[in-house]
Amino acid sequence: MLSPAVLLLLAWMIVPLTMTIYFSFLRYNLLSPGINAWAGWSNYQYFLTDPAFFAALTNTLLLVVGVLLITVIGGTLLALLLDQPIWGQGVVRILVLAPFFVMPTVSALVWKNMFMNPVNGLFAYAAKAVGLQPFDFLAHAPLASIILIVAWQWLPFAALILLTALQSMDQEQMEASEIDGAGPFSRFFYLVLPHLSRAITVVILIQTIFLLSIFAEILVTTNGGPGYASTNITYLVYAQSLLQFDVGGGSAGGIIAVILANIVAIFLMRMIGKNLEA
Amino acid sequence: MGSIKLNKVTKSFGSTQVIPPLDLEIQDGEFVVFVGPSGCGKSTLLRLIAGLEDVTSGMIEINGVDATQTPPSKRGLAMVFQSYALYPHMSVRKNIAFPLKMAKLAPEERDQKVENAASVLNLTDYLDRRPGQLSGGQRQRVAIGRAIVREPDAFLFDEPLSNLDAALRVNMRLEISELHQTLATTMIYVTHDQVEAMTMADKIVVLNAGHIAQVGSPLELYHKPANVFVAGFIGSPKMNLVTGPDAQAMDAHTIGVRPEHITISEGGGTWTGKVGVSEHLGSDTFLRVNVDGVGTLTVRASGEVALRHGDSVSLIPEEGKVHRFDADGLAMQ
Ligand SMILES: Nc1ncnc2c1ncn2[C@@H]1O[C@H](COP(=O)(O)OP(=O)(O)OP(=O)(O)O)[C@@H](O)[C@H]1O
Ligand SMILES: [Mg+2]
Repeated sequence: MLSPAVLLLLAWMIVPLTMTIYFSFLRYNLLSPGINAWAGWSNYQYFLTDPAFFAALTNTLLLVVGVLLITVIGGTLLALLLDQPIWGQGVVRILVLAPFFVMPTVSALVWKNMFMNPVNGLFAYAAKAVGLQPFDFLAHAPLASIILIVAWQWLPFAALILLTALQSMDQEQMEASEIDGAGPFSRFFYLVLPHLSRAITVVILIQTIFLLSIFAEILVTTNGGPGYASTNITYLVYAQSLLQFDVGGGSAGGIIAVILANIVAIFLMRMIGKNLEA
Repeated sequence: MGSIKLNKVTKSFGSTQVIPPLDLEIQDGEFVVFVGPSGCGKSTLLRLIAGLEDVTSGMIEINGVDATQTPPSKRGLAMVFQSYALYPHMSVRKNIAFPLKMAKLAPEERDQKVENAASVLNLTDYLDRRPGQLSGGQRQRVAIGRAIVREPDAFLFDEPLSNLDAALRVNMRLEISELHQTLATTMIYVTHDQVEAMTMADKIVVLNAGHIAQVGSPLELYHKPANVFVAGFIGSPKMNLVTGPDAQAMDAHTIGVRPEHITISEGGGTWTGKVGVSEHLGSDTFLRVNVDGVGTLTVRASGEVALRHGDSVSLIPEEGKVHRFDADGLAMQ
């Protein structure tokens, strides 16, 4: 028996999905309306053989892996820092969380115009102050810059989850290890890190889902360029369907993105999902 | 090697002093038990000795050397926690080997010692399990194993058996006593179970609100309690403490008689009262007798005593078994 909720959910997902699949097999371009001829697999063939596709695929992976690395390592360090008893702990914790509340478009704009701008940005100002040539981040290292921006947004999320995990660490275990002669590093690697592994798994799973579909930050800062240097799959689909008005090709890209996301999800679940069972 | 000396040690948390100046000497090889009511500072004292808490003032000597500022790992002590504090992500083998690994021992030597400890503690079959897959008693043994591989000068136990069921507790009690016999290492054992204290200790330290009420062998404490607190704390059921005219008749502020030192007489006695609730343990019966003007006295009678609720009985304290205490609660000779 399917419950109404499941039916609703199915309809909710199935209708757009089937429409996308349908469009992906049509020669459907907004510049030549009315000629919605059957196209077979040609949209897919076109999308997959497009050199931009492989660039976008690599960029997507780099973006996800880069942000995950920064947020997990940085988040762990930040959580360790926040776990220390410090003055004004409550305020500091809220401040650390602040980036998470800033909308992606806004934070990307702030980074673009106030930090990374080669003329007026703070980084340029700092570089000039020490006598260096300002670096045009978004032109010369577009993907790295976007990774930095996105990591800045997600760092608080990772830090917060890891902090709560840290706080559930058993104090007597730490004391026992102290008596057993473990220094701070041994204690971190033998006790704290294994204890955090589950929380780290959760952070990786949740973030991967969101990071695969990063879009606003790219649109606002680099528009996927220069060339395809900062185009990911999501942005490529957008460019295909809305900049080149090729709805058929965009739909095919969308379906490929869905398939890729599922492959990644299965892969992740296999690899680290068993961490959640134990 | 394993003598510990506390010299005017105090401990305060913020403005509350938990341990007032305290002196204590523990000889090498002794089994010392700290007992006292909940919150009296037993754990705190143990943690001070272990180095997990810093003393507020005073000095701790281990093996004749001032160890007040020595970090916990350098004191040559091993501790067994109430929650066992095993490392959940490591197998039993790795748990036991952990202190050796931290001491940078060669792997072969490590394995050798772990195997030895495991065979002493009957853990050989469980070496590859995780702590989560063990029973409470087995976990306790792993915790002890992790302590003994370090070959410490002294073991510190903080209520190690309080999470176990009664039967297992008796077993582990014997095992720890046996371990003490074979290793002959100093052991300091915290408990609030006085049966554990009486059966295991060479020397009992009774703590009351952070200060030492009395130090002595179990029988010394039983036969010659130094004050009312120890008299009431050691012995089960509790000693009967009587104040008022009966005490004054013996030139004391308080007199104490243990339940086992009161006999029931048929006709006439020191006290006469009505039997209240009685507890039948099979071998013994503990009668609670309400005596007018004195209060409720607990009396140990044989298992087959035929008294019922409401019956009238006469009680006679045994000659020479009455403890007398002055107005400050100190024992009078
Ligand atoms: N970290 C701390 N901060 C403030 N007070 C503390 C701290 N640790 C212990 N205390 C206080 O010190 C006193 C002694 O505590 P301790 O844990 O030594 O008692 P205990 O004798 O071990 O009791 P129990 O038998 O219940 O374990 C208690 O009144 C407790 O409230
Ligand atoms: Mg305690």
